[in-house]
Amino acid sequence: MLILTCPCCGVTGEETEFHAGGQAHLQRSGPGASDEAFEAYLFARENPRGVHFERWRHANGCGKWFHAARCTLTLEVFGTYSAQTTQPPQEVLDAIAKRRPGWTEGGK
Amino acid sequence: MRRYSAFAIAREAARHHQGWERAWRSPEPKKKYDIIIVGAGGHGLATAYYLGKNHGLTNIAVLEKGWLGGGNTGRNTTIIRSNYLQDPSAAIYEKARSLYETLSQDLNYNIMFSPRGVMMLAQTQHEIRGYQRTAYANALQGVATEFIGPQRVKELCPIIEIGGPRYPVLGALWQPRGGTARHDAVAWGYARACSDMGIDIIQQCEVTAIRSQGDKVQGVTTTKGSIDCDKLGIVVAGNSGVLADMAGFRLPLESVARQALVSEPIKPCMDVVVMANTVHGYMSQSDKGEMVIGGGTDGHNNYTQRGSFHHIEETVRALIETFPMISRLKMLRQWGGIVDVTGDRSPILSKTPLEGCFINGGWGTGGFKAIPGSGWAMAELMAKGASPLAAAFGLERFREGRFIDESVAAGVAH
Amino acid sequence: MSTRLATGGRFLDRNQPRVFTFNGTDLSGFAGDTLASALLANGRSMVGRSFKYHRPRGIVASGAEEPNALVNLGQGAAFEPNQRATTTEIFAGLKAESQNHWPSLEFDIGALNNLVSRFLPAGFYYKTFIHPRAAWKHVFEPIIRHSAGLGRAPKERDADRYEHFYHFTDVLVIGGGVAGLQAARAAAADGGRVLLIEQSAQWGGRAPVDGGQIDGKDPEVWINDALEELEKAPNVTIRRRTMGSGVYDHGYVLGYERIADHTPGDTRPRHRLWRIRAARVITATGAIERPLSFAGNDIPGVMLASAMRDYVVNYAVSPGDRTVVVTNNDDAYRTAIALKNAGLDVPVILDARPQAEGDLPRAARDLGIRIETGRAIARVKGRKSVTGVAICAQAGEGAVLEEIACDAVAMSGGWSPVVHLWSHCGGKLIWDEAGAFFRPDPDRAPISHDGQPFVATAGAASGQMTLAETLKDADSAGKVASRALGLAAGRKGAPKASQPQEGPITPVWMMPQGAGPALRQKMWLDYQNDVKVSDVQLAAREGYESVEHTKRYTTLGMATDQGKLSNINGLAVLSGALQNDIPAVGTTTFRPPYTPISMGAIAGEARGDIFQPIRRTPIHDWHDDNGAEWEPVGQWRRPYTYRRAGESTHDAVMREVKNTRQHLGLLDASTLGKIIVKGPDAGRFLDMIYTNMMSTLKPGRCRYGLMCSENGFLIDDGVVARIDDDTFLCHTTTGGAERIHGHMEEWLQTEWWDWKVYTANITEQLAQIAVVGPNARKILEALGGMDVSADALPFMAWADGQIGGFDARIYRISFSGELSYEVAVPASQGRALWDRLIETGQEFGVMPYGTEALHIMRAEKGFIMIGDETDGTVIPQDLGLNWAISKKKDDYLGKRAQARSHMTDPDRWKLVGLETTDGSVLPDGAYARGSGTNENGQKTVIGRVTSTYYSPTLDKGIAMGLVLNGPDRMGEVINFPALDGSATPARIVSPVFYDPEGEKQNV
Repeated sequence: MLILTCPCCGVTGEETEFHAGGQAHLQRSGPGASDEAFEAYLFARENPRGVHFERWRHANGCGKWFHAARCTLTLEVFGTYSAQTTQPPQEVLDAIAKRRPGWTEGGK
Repeated sequence: MRRYSAFAIAREAARHHQGWERAWRSPEPKKKYDIIIVGAGGHGLATAYYLGKNHGLTNIAVLEKGWLGGGNTGRNTTIIRSNYLQDPSAAIYEKARSLYETLSQDLNYNIMFSPRGVMMLAQTQHEIRGYQRTAYANALQGVATEFIGPQRVKELCPIIEIGGPRYPVLGALWQPRGGTARHDAVAWGYARACSDMGIDIIQQCEVTAIRSQGDKVQGVTTTKGSIDCDKLGIVVAGNSGVLADMAGFRLPLESVARQALVSEPIKPCMDVVVMANTVHGYMSQSDKGEMVIGGGTDGHNNYTQRGSFHHIEETVRALIETFPMISRLKMLRQWGGIVDVTGDRSPILSKTPLEGCFINGGWGTGGFKAIPGSGWAMAELMAKGASPLAAAFGLERFREGRFIDESVAAGVAH
Repeated sequence: MSTRLATGGRFLDRNQPRVFTFNGTDLSGFAGDTLASALLANGRSMVGRSFKYHRPRGIVASGAEEPNALVNLGQGAAFEPNQRATTTEIFAGLKAESQNHWPSLEFDIGALNNLVSRFLPAGFYYKTFIHPRAAWKHVFEPIIRHSAGLGRAPKERDADRYEHFYHFTDVLVIGGGVAGLQAARAAAADGGRVLLIEQSAQWGGRAPVDGGQIDGKDPEVWINDALEELEKAPNVTIRRRTMGSGVYDHGYVLGYERIADHTPGDTRPRHRLWRIRAARVITATGAIERPLSFAGNDIPGVMLASAMRDYVVNYAVSPGDRTVVVTNNDDAYRTAIALKNAGLDVPVILDARPQAEGDLPRAARDLGIRIETGRAIARVKGRKSVTGVAICAQAGEGAVLEEIACDAVAMSGGWSPVVHLWSHCGGKLIWDEAGAFFRPDPDRAPISHDGQPFVATAGAASGQMTLAETLKDADSAGKVASRALGLAAGRKGAPKASQPQEGPITPVWMMPQGAGPALRQKMWLDYQNDVKVSDVQLAAREGYESVEHTKRYTTLGMATDQGKLSNINGLAVLSGALQNDIPAVGTTTFRPPYTPISMGAIAGEARGDIFQPIRRTPIHDWHDDNGAEWEPVGQWRRPYTYRRAGESTHDAVMREVKNTRQHLGLLDASTLGKIIVKGPDAGRFLDMIYTNMMSTLKPGRCRYGLMCSENGFLIDDGVVARIDDDTFLCHTTTGGAERIHGHMEEWLQTEWWDWKVYTANITEQLAQIAVVGPNARKILEALGGMDVSADALPFMAWADGQIGGFDARIYRISFSGELSYEVAVPASQGRALWDRLIETGQEFGVMPYGTEALHIMRAEKGFIMIGDETDGTVIPQDLGLNWAISKKKDDYLGKRAQARSHMTDPDRWKLVGLETTDGSVLPDGAYARGSGTNENGQKTVIGRVTSTYYSPTLDKGIAMGLVLNGPDRMGEVINFPALDGSATPARIVSPVFYDPEGEKQNV
């Protein structure tokens, strides 16, 4: 049972208050996109063993979507941040770097 | 291989069972094999077995980073059924089910297949319609199922409360030849038979890299050294994405934790397997007497093989509505398994962008029941380059929009 | 034979006798007894039968680790199998029965398994019962199943209540022994909130039994002082009878409180599940003594040495007149001394070590007890109870040196810290060579959400086995937890403790060390599951080398005690067989719960009527009072039909359809989703959400719209009304309101967050009633108010106003093909409007109709239903709905997906109408048969039925279906096979069966 903090309303709540929404920062492909790009947008997922940027909704709370950086191996949460961004903010990247020296985005 | 039988046991009993040989060899890896299978779970071992048995290929290594059968093969609720709606699913699961019928004899290892019957309860009008549709589909697919009424449900499983206040039982999809098997024994039986054919099962051997030349696979690097191969099969539930990453492509799947639990053992009280999809729970009684219960899946990516307790609460609460007597049983043990869930929740049996590299994964929560059929199809795919059973499960379906969606029978309520 | 001592018993209240029943015989104990101590006090040392060989089983432990003493407890609705006698407090009227035997405990047919046990080694069932094939299911499996299992299955519905409890704390301390008490004191010293829980009914753990001094006081005195201090502290909560069941991620811990197990019928809930969220968890869970592996170590009367002195000291129970003590450590000498002090005989202490020179052996010698070092038990004599032991050299192969008569054996193989809770959430272990046990590795603790360790151990659970070290460790654990929370830890030092000096343990995994196969077949590791030393060695020999393989092959540690006594011993035997180090072989994974917890407690209060909420419309009660047959739709209940006296369900539906088409019908449409979409970009947003163009809709007008997922599939439909330039009201399906609202918000918040749009789900704010039929306008005109004429309110228009005095919004829309108005009023007015319509409608032939009539009428018109014509695999193009897909828009959700090759495949199945050639109703869900089979041997199909009804309007069966090239095959007859082999032929027709020109609704 995870604990997450909603960056929109500030509530720290139980996992049951939230709804997981899969990988964050996907770039939408619409009409005009190639088959490959559209397939990748809909289905290809990082699914890392380690740091994962993901979407959550404070479903039984303020109702807002937000993003979290979380480790899928230890389940620790490096930070949560607004869903209205196309990349993780620097302070979240810093928090990850502090806990996972040598980590680079993409997990490679 | 010395055959197992009652006589063999009697002979060994006379000398305090000191003469039993190893069930499978423990070889060091060779420099090169024709085929390497990564993953010695049920699916990987079955693939190797049918490569040997059906296609005469035995210069094979099965590499396992931990201990064989230690992943989802040993963590599931052992249900075997093939009452699927879509043709490709029904074909491969029914192939698996029919192979399970004779697997103990084929392997000379009692995997305890118990065709005690599987029923999927209909607890809404929508489920009635979905399961009736499935019964019609199954009839044409050659899968023996029928839609039965609540009284018949009660006869087959007297501990069910059919008149529950919230979700009364309105009927069920009944597959009399579905059932359960002993999960570990499936892995062990295949391993023993593979080893006997000369296939090397190498445990404690983790693949750390996949080597290729141009677009073609060349071999793998492992914690026990570098091993070459002509063909590579990736059969690693829960780690498919990691291996795919090594091979240089991404997969349409995510790994999540699935919860299960067992009660303390009690004397036999339930002779069938019951699945209740409206309330997300299923239950059967093992030969040891434990009630084996499966339930929800965590929504978030998770590799920890443990999960959140709230799913257990929901599952138990729902099952008590349908089986009031379990309220006074006790939960003995809960655990999680990591399942790979694909974009359409159906598996992947496919060639990959890397020539000579094949993948079998994404079975989600349905993998155990598929093991023999999956191995059969994967072996054919790897040996011949194509398999009718695997044809619809290729990776290209996600690009073409040709999904195999089994959630249809429980689709959207009006 | 065991019996009650005349004096003593720390826990007993001899003034309160308790009569209870075991196997039908009335027995007597005292308040404070456990069922186990009371049975022993009554001379009942044999209490059950083992799982596999049905061997006699006696009480071996005194706590949660007990593998043998499991009973059927209670009767009827209060019956419960597999209750552990050692943790069951007795009460007057308790009824218990032993388990797993037939016909009786003393004489058990199943014990035949024991006679042939040499033919039933570990995994024998994998090697046999293979032929003939049918025999497994029909012969062997039923025999095995009936022989296995333990307690009986409950039959009745549980009469007890259960509840859940939330608790938030800074520090949770699990375990109420001296370590737990001291850890709680230290953690609470600076004001942090502390919860201390203890699984048993008594505080203090082992210390009062094991002796020594704390701060110069008797341990019992110190414990009472500490308790008093904790009880007074406002920041501390303490609970007995509450077990730490499992440690989960991010500091979530389950506590299992057995509130009323010992006071049944007193109206309190039986169990309470504590959902605890703790910033830091300290597990002060103590240690468990290990048995020794010698032949016959499972015979009733062989007991853990520590358990035996618990029974003597706490319960005044004599385990027997003459007890042989066998050990590899000093601690067991305490048992010999306790027995001697109680006036009982200890003929010999067999110490497997070459010498025994610590304080305790010296004290035992001083009491005159004979001590034999380097000695072992060759075998225990007796069948259902111990009659003696044969002694041999530990170093040898078991040659008998001497036989000694005795009626009890106390064994001690050393102690293992209880590491379960530490391990549940990923805490790692290290092997402690000196203590011969696994203990938590403090450097690899479970990690919480903040990346910090959140579990620590204290006392014996850390591997600190002396009183002084235990208290020091616990004090430190409490202070560390307090500091980690940013509180200054208290300055007081740890209490000082003194105890006799103990000599080192010598690990003994088999007794004697050179025992041959015959003896090893009689050395039990897992008493309940009948796993012996020989079984583990067999598993290793056959290549089941991983500890998980061995566990699963032999079932070691998989019984209801989850291997609390057997794990380490089994592991050591395995590593011996593999000639490998114990730490290299590793442990199995510890899974919650620590001991089994009731399903009732897991489920909590939400059962029966409050299992899940039911949503009710404002008109729900009227439906209920007027014969509604309910149909669950999502969390709602909707009337399927309103059956009148003497009517069948079918008749009622037919009547409702006919009446609506001929006169006037009312439908409670309140469950339909209603979502307001508002803002300058609302039109632009809906153009993305719907396949249609919504931005061009004029205020005052309605448009039917389709919604697709980004993957192209149809997910919902409904009528959109434009309220003003900035505002739309979107109707969704009944089950779809929350889902679609969430869908809209997801896109707004995560993709188009710069668009100026708000959404609100107002479904429950409004009641909505469909007024349908040729008399629909007449009744509204009779109510009076708004102009509802064809000119003022044409088809697909809406208007606000007053009707019959109600503030209403009326939509001129139709899902039946009839003249139809949907009247929306505030939810509080819904019932009043409905009543008025029923009343006023009498002269117009009004009748309510339910969902089935709704379905039939929409099917007669060829309208699709989400969930019938769609199932998550259908795109609008399949349903002939191209007219509702805007060609002018560059983009909408699903547009790109619908351009993929399989979506544009001309061979997709398409919607058509279907009519049987004989007018009968096509079976629901049936498939149409093509010719031949596919390459997997499955019969080819070319279509399927999606909706099928008997139409009272047309007096024949009508259906819709998806058919391969369907629209190009009008008039063709295709066959739908039934399950009995027959087939129903049906003609492909237009899906619009009734009023194709739409004349009825356009009046």
